[in-house]
Amino acid sequence: MAMKVYGDGMSACVARVLLCLHEKETEFELVPVDLFACHHKLPSFLSMNPFGQVPVLQDDDLTLFESRAITAYIADKHKDKGTDLTRHADAKETAIVKLWSEVESHHFNPAVSAVIHQLIVVPLQGEKSPDAAIVEENLEKLGKVLDVYEERLGKTKYLAGDSYTLADLHHVPYIYYFMKTSHAGLVNDRPNVKAWWEDLCSRPAFLKVSPGLTIAPVTN
Amino acid sequence: MAGIKVFGHPASTATRRVLIALHEKKLDFELVHIDLKDGEHKKEPFLSRNPFGKIPAFEDGDFKLFESRAITQYIAHEYADKGNQLLSPGSKNMAILAMGMEIEAHEFDSVASKLGWEQIFKNFFGLTTDQAVVKEEEVKLGKVLDNYEARLGESKYLACDHFTLVDLHHIPVIQYLLGTPTKKLFDERPHVSAWVADITSRPSSQKILL
Repeated sequence: MAMKVYGDGMSACVARVLLCLHEKETEFELVPVDLFACHHKLPSFLSMNPFGQVPVLQDDDLTLFESRAITAYIADKHKDKGTDLTRHADAKETAIVKLWSEVESHHFNPAVSAVIHQLIVVPLQGEKSPDAAIVEENLEKLGKVLDVYEERLGKTKYLAGDSYTLADLHHVPYIYYFMKTSHAGLVNDRPNVKAWWEDLCSRPAFLKVSPGLTIAPVTN
Repeated sequence: MAGIKVFGHPASTATRRVLIALHEKKLDFELVHIDLKDGEHKKEPFLSRNPFGKIPAFEDGDFKLFESRAITQYIAHEYADKGNQLLSPGSKNMAILAMGMEIEAHEFDSVASKLGWEQIFKNFFGLTTDQAVVKEEEVKLGKVLDNYEARLGESKYLACDHFTLVDLHHIPVIQYLLGTPTKKLFDERPHVSAWVADITSRPSSQKILL
């Protein structure tokens, strides 16, 4: 039976999992969860993920949540097909992939998601305006992270080395949304980061997932 | 000289995460003290070890890493046959482990670290605890611990029936919070309370305390 992913393709965290499934050429079923109607907070959903967040993966009797745990599981289960996303054959290479995945998780994600939250999510909720101070503070943090990436990507084609891995994949949905804001210059002004992003968003797996990334930012 | 070195500070929660893993694996290592007050972590040569300027950094012979949870995972896999088992064999068990580590990183640590910062580390720098932030973060932590209480009612440890990296990653921040009023959140949930007593009394958890 095909894996089931509960969520909506417009969610960056769901898109992370969908990208991985396509890179691994794995069949799956996307089970819609109506986020605007808060179906992810209903008891039927909470019984799968008590933290009330998408995505959730079901594979036979295994239920998983946390997008980066799901991608790690898919990459491991299907390590012999599709793109090698974890460099599983070499323990030290695997550790380097994990290192740059942690960097995305702890350095890149907090800054970029704070900006996306203010410029995309807050306007959708309709009650208040984006907080300019939060946007500015996090753009500064994001700039410093991208400075490190600029130097790194001057030495290696991808973050963890010379092949595309989960460390790169995990960035893709939020960078896609970020590039729709008026702050895309943070990427475009850094030539190595820009070239890396253009590579990531030209991959066939991305071209299958991007039509689902439908929400748009306030343009300011 | 070859061997394992950790570049960090003995009071740092992220450094302690790595030290506990090394003790669990009964590995010899050297802790190279990085002077945070002097900003040593924001200058060369440390920046060549971690361009984000954060402790700890790590080396095993000529293999170099940073990010505490990448380091602990490397230790657990590379030295799988030594000391205590920190992983759980099989693809599905490893998936549950990965999920538990993500929950610690994204749901638990973001809140617990703020509580540690407000109530303990701010005092080191002569700053005042913001009680409004403490109250707000304690509400969030309570909700996370409610989920942990349910999980620990079914399973002795968070990922499975033995101690793993998932439990280990929590220890340093919990140890600090037990010295603050936030301790009550752990005490008032019986399964969480028993789990906290268990993981903080392990010999490796005791060894890293100053």
